[in-house]
Parts: sequence; C-alpha cells; structure tokens
Amino acid sequence: MISVTSLTKRYGAHTAVNDVSFECAPGTVTGFLGPNGAGKSTTMRMITGLTPPTAGESMVAGKPYRQLPNPAREVGVLLDASAQHPGRTGREVLTLSARTQGVGSARVDELLSLVGLAGPAAGRRVRGYSLGMRQRLGIAHAFLGDPRVLILDEPANGLDPEGIFWMRGLLRDFADRGGTVLLSSHLLREVEAVADRLVVIGGGRIVANGTKEELLAAGGVRVRALDPGTLQKALERAGLAVTAGSDGALSVQAEAEQVGQVAASISAVLLELRPVDTGGLEELFLTLTAGEAKETAR
Amino acid sequence: MTATLTETRAPIAAPRTFTRPGLVRLTGIELRKMADTRAGLWLMIATASISVAIVVIQLFAADPPEQTFVNMFQTTLFPVAVLLPVLGILSVTSEWTQRTALTTFALTPQRHRIVVAKALASVVLGILALVPSLGFAAIGNAVAGAMDPAAGSWQFGGLLLAYALLFNVVNVLFGLAFGMLFMNSAVAIVLYFVVPTVWSVLTSMISGLKTTSEWLDLSVTSTPLFENAALTGGEWARLAASIGLWVVLPGVLGLVRLLKREVS
Repeated sequence: MISVTSLTKRYGAHTAVNDVSFECAPGTVTGFLGPNGAGKSTTMRMITGLTPPTAGESMVAGKPYRQLPNPAREVGVLLDASAQHPGRTGREVLTLSARTQGVGSARVDELLSLVGLAGPAAGRRVRGYSLGMRQRLGIAHAFLGDPRVLILDEPANGLDPEGIFWMRGLLRDFADRGGTVLLSSHLLREVEAVADRLVVIGGGRIVANGTKEELLAAGGVRVRALDPGTLQKALERAGLAVTAGSDGALSVQAEAEQVGQVAASISAVLLELRPVDTGGLEELFLTLTAGEAKETAR
Repeated sequence: MTATLTETRAPIAAPRTFTRPGLVRLTGIELRKMADTRAGLWLMIATASISVAIVVIQLFAADPPEQTFVNMFQTTLFPVAVLLPVLGILSVTSEWTQRTALTTFALTPQRHRIVVAKALASVVLGILALVPSLGFAAIGNAVAGAMDPAAGSWQFGGLLLAYALLFNVVNVLFGLAFGMLFMNSAVAIVLYFVVPTVWSVLTSMISGLKTTSEWLDLSVTSTPLFENAALTGGEWARLAASIGLWVVLPGVLGLVRLLKREVS
C-alpha cells in the first residue's frame, strides 16, 4: 500500500513535482508514466525519504517511509541500477544489504539465481556488468527482504526483450500474491502489458490517473458498418462524438455497449466493434504529455 | 470467473513487525564496506607494505641501539597515519561519488545512525590497525636482536600503546570528517593532504603564527603522544584544540550537510 498526498517539490523557482496525489492498492501494479524529466524519479525519491518534499506527504505500508524500522523488509526499492559501487561484486552488494536487513545469506543465493546472476556472474565486480545485469541485480536487491511493496524506477531500462518479459511475469505474480507495485517508465508499451492502473505525469503534474481500462476507453471504440454513413448519423443523433477514418471505420468516444445499442436501434449491420487498440493509450499519453510540455514551456 | 480467481489468491497475511538493525550490526557493515572494494583492499595492502618496508629499512639504516621495539612500532604508525584516513574519507565520499547513498539511506533512512556507525567503524579500524604495526615491529625487533646484541630492546609501555591508539583513531576520524564535509572522493583526498600541510608550513614560517601552530597544528600537538611520558594538562589542551579544529568542526559541519543533502 502506497499513498501519496499533494506531494510537491520546488527547486528555487522551478517546480519539479506539483501537488501529486495517488494511491497504489495491494494486488495491483501501478504504472507511473511520463516523459523524461516529468517528475517521476523525484516523486519516487520523496516517497522513499531520500528527497525531502517541499509540501505534502506520502505513506508506505501505513507509515512515512523514514519511520519504517526496517524499510527493506516492507518495501523493495530500485531507484537507479547504475548507483552501485563498481568495485564490489554482485554477491557482495546483496550480502551487505541482507546483513543490514537481517535476512540470511541463503536468501542472497536464492535471489541471485532468481534473476539469473548465479554462478560466476555473482563473483564479478559490478564494473564489468552490463546495464541489463545491473538492472537484474537491482531487481534482486528489491526482492531481497521479501517485501509486500515494490517501488521500481525504470526497471526495464537496459533489459533485453526476454528480460522485460521475465520481469513482467515476476511483477504480475508478485501483485497476484497481494503485493503492491509502483513501476515507472517513460515508455507506455513497457507498462501497458503489466499495469492495472496508470498514473500519468507531465511537467510535474498528474494528467491522468485511473485503471488501464478507463484510460483505454477514453480512446473510444472503433466501429465498421456495412453502411457507415447511416451509422454515423445515428451515432451523432445519440450525442456521441464520431470521427470517420479513411478506411470507412468510425472512431467513437463511447463504450462499446452504447455504440451497439445505437446500431441495434437502426438495425445496422456491424462488421467490427472493438476498443481502439494500441494507439489509444499511446495517443492519450502523447497528447497529455505534449499538452503539459507546451503549458510548461509557455 | 473473476471471483474464483480472487478466492484462490493467497490472502494478505497479518501485519508483520520488524526490528530496526542495531548499531553494532551497522558498524560491522560499515567496516566491511571499507574493505570489500578494490580501492579499500589495496589501500590496506599498501599501508601494510609500507609499514613492512619501514621496519626493513630501519634494520639496515638505523644504529643498533636505535633498533628497538618502540622505535619500530612508532615509525610504522606514520604510513598508517597518512593512508588510513583515506579509508575514512572514502567511507563517506564513495557513498556520494558512486551514488551508493541511494541504497544506504533507503535501507537506513535515519542518516545519523549511518554516521554514528561510520564513526564507530573508523574507531575500530584505528584500533585494528595497531595489530599489524605491533606484529611487524615485533618481527623486525627479533631480527634486529639476532643480528646485533646492542639492538632489540623490548622495552614498551601501556601508555605508549594507548597514545598510539589515540593517534590512529584521531587520524581516521580526521579523514572521516573531511569526507563528510566535502562529500567527493577526489576533492576530499586532495584537500586532506594539502590543507594541513600548507597550514603547517605557513604557521611555522610566519613568526606571528607561532602560537597558532602550537595550538592548532595537529602534527605539532600530536608529537607528545610519541613520548613515554604522560601528557601534561597544557599538552592535552593543545591536542584537544587542534582536534576540535580538524576533526570536530569539519565533522559537525559535514554532519549537518549530510543530514540535509538530497540523495539522488
């Protein structure tokens, strides 16, 4: 459980994070989306007590992070996979953390094999790790204390497609067992496949916050009919926003059911009726963030 | 369908309670962090090698009556005094330069506890560093005694050992304080070597600063620690004054900086 209330961070005249509020419930994966520099990392650092907020507060597992007695046992944190001492071995990084948290060294081996760093890779110094390996080490570190909450900043960075697929499975499984996941990305596609909820941030402000379905529905539905002209008129009469596509398909800002009702009322023959796929959320993401960017630039 | 899925999920377990890690554990970890990097390991190896070299040089260069356990022991303290503080510096600065502070302070958000653990680790390091010094001096002295009957005196006192311990500990804490103040490995190490030296040179050259040097030059005020006699009240006061300037002041300023600094 993570709750963020009106978090704000100002650096001089620049407001990096502006009145950000959202909640992450147990059993869900929340995708925290926004272009680079939108305020995702600053927000996550404020949640984990590393950056003092100018205003607002945040709670993790029912307490402000800095008041958790042994935070790593309750919250797994990965903020920057590159922030490791290059002179330490992967195993040493995990061992230091395991000792601080008070978990056994068997857990270190368990996690090393979970992320595919067991064997000789564990004994190598982090200096020789690729970004993907550092990311895997960071994920192992986040899971080390068997936490109920995960806060991961851009964990897919540097992972290959197979690694991204693997990580999605790991996070989905974690959430399905009742865990809470907050996961940031600047790439929509990366989180679309695993997130239940999306929080979109642009220019330091939240521009969209809801379930993936809600936000997807905002992209509307796509409908093709034998007689598109008649259907379009009927839909417009019903007060729905309709745009005709070049291929004869119509995009409607409505639920599939509403469109179906209208089609049934005029006995139209439908060839296709489905939510606007892929493009929908992406378009939303792009327009929301672009709009914000313009607003900030002004 | 959804309902069935929900039911088969593992229920959320009862709230768990965790205890915060104790200072002894944190100190042990900070001590381990000083030695588990390549830089740390090589600094220790270099310190030990120079100490051995100094003992060997004395075997050949010093007059036999000068080849005593006390002399050999005390000369090994100088490479330790120069290099060990660098471990103290790196203990803090590497957290920022290598950005491991992100992990350290996420694991232990009470930053002052990390500072206390680092200070305790520095004290332990200063104490542990006496062991190789004592060992090298003992071996060197045994060899010296075997080579020349005039050499190899084993005379030693508890007071000398206690002062050597204080000397080591003050030096490592000096490094730690500089590290906390500057929070950057390169800057802190360079300034640690340059500033006290320049200070010593200036205060000894300019006659008007003679009193300043007597009170605030650590290399001057720590000299009585090498004599087998209890420090006088005045000597303690001068030592305390220079520790205040070089250890306590940067330490306190550094602490304030470290507690406030944003970790990114």
